Amino acid sequence: MAATTPTEYISHHLTNLVYGKKADDSWGFAEDAIEAQEMGFWAIHVDSLGWSVFLGILFLSVFYRVAQKVTTGIPRQMQNIVEILVEFVDNSVKESFHGKSDLIAPLALTIFVWIFLMNFMDIIPVDFLPFVFHSMGVEYMKVVPVTDPNITFGMSISVFFLIIYYSIKIKGIKGFVSELTLQPFGKWMIPFNFLLESIALIAKPVSLALRLFGNFYAAELIFILIGLLPFYIQWTLALPWAIFHILVITLQAFIFMMLTIVYLSTAHEKH
Amino acid sequence: MSITLTLLGQSISFGLFVLFCMKYVWPPLINALRERQKNISDGIEAADRAHKDLAEAKENSANLVQEGKDQAATIIANANKRASELVDEAKNQAESEKQRIMASADEEINRSAQKARGELSDYLEDLVATGVGKIVEKEVDMAKHKAIIDDLGSQLKH
Repeated sequence: MAATTPTEYISHHLTNLVYGKKADDSWGFAEDAIEAQEMGFWAIHVDSLGWSVFLGILFLSVFYRVAQKVTTGIPRQMQNIVEILVEFVDNSVKESFHGKSDLIAPLALTIFVWIFLMNFMDIIPVDFLPFVFHSMGVEYMKVVPVTDPNITFGMSISVFFLIIYYSIKIKGIKGFVSELTLQPFGKWMIPFNFLLESIALIAKPVSLALRLFGNFYAAELIFILIGLLPFYIQWTLALPWAIFHILVITLQAFIFMMLTIVYLSTAHEKH
Repeated sequence: MSITLTLLGQSISFGLFVLFCMKYVWPPLINALRERQKNISDGIEAADRAHKDLAEAKENSANLVQEGKDQAATIIANANKRASELVDEAKNQAESEKQRIMASADEEINRSAQKARGELSDYLEDLVATGVGKIVEKEVDMAKHKAIIDDLGSQLKH
């Protein structure tokens, strides 16, 4: 690894592999963090998005294979695991969402399993995958997609649009607008109501994304800091932290899924 | 750590994954789960029903066995009665037959005795007549003494 000082080590670990529009208008991989920064919006974090898509396809291909061979008789190993997850998600949706929708349950399943897998990358030792890619000539590699706000916001903003779509679909434009403006203080306070309600609405995707991002960015950073210690001490900190994160990984995936269900459920409710 | 195209990419892949999941993954899995749930609840119900049926059948069979026993006892009693009746009847018949046979045998004996006596007396009559004739060939005139000989003969017959 190119890093020699702790600062370099940390910043190296926090730099994405970026493919984007360079200063001279050509497209290519950024050489370092500064160049990546300069690319602005027209850049793709190849590592985050790549791992994210890879894990999504992994999830879907496993579940798809099980779904094709599904039996109502005695389930086999993989079908057991898949069924536990499906039933768990189905129950969570039934508990919180009382409308009828073909989208909510598969959405919740995708969110839960996909985010779980992306979070799980956190458990893999911080230097392991970057080292493998480094030896293949790839300089930067952030393997935990959820430590990239682009990933978490990408999902939460999609959820946000679903909230708006269902609000309008169920309540009509009028209903949605009046929900935003006529409460909590009645029609004489419309500007104030609107301010309050739009903050509440926008807080939903922002909190969803930042909660997930913050948790894992911090966790990853701590793993990186632990990685700076002498190798014979590392395990005393890394092991408890990793075990603790088995809990956090599941919990954060669950929270994201549950809040999505709840938000969409309120979007379906008429007042 | 800036907002980039990555966000759009993630949103698009999220949408595609959810669509795929909704179309090809979720329905078969949840249908299989529901179907199995139904199978299991049907199975439990069937087991309950079978349990009840079994209890009923046990009761029925006990009743049937009792009934059968009662019937068998009646049949046996009837049969015994009939058997003793038959035996009595047979005895009576045999008795009357015996009487009849004995009566006819008596009659036969009497008749035979009568016949034998008749034959014997005739024979004796002839013998006496022949013997007396031989002895008194000269002295007895059949015409004269016929009355005496007939009287003798009739005495012998008794």
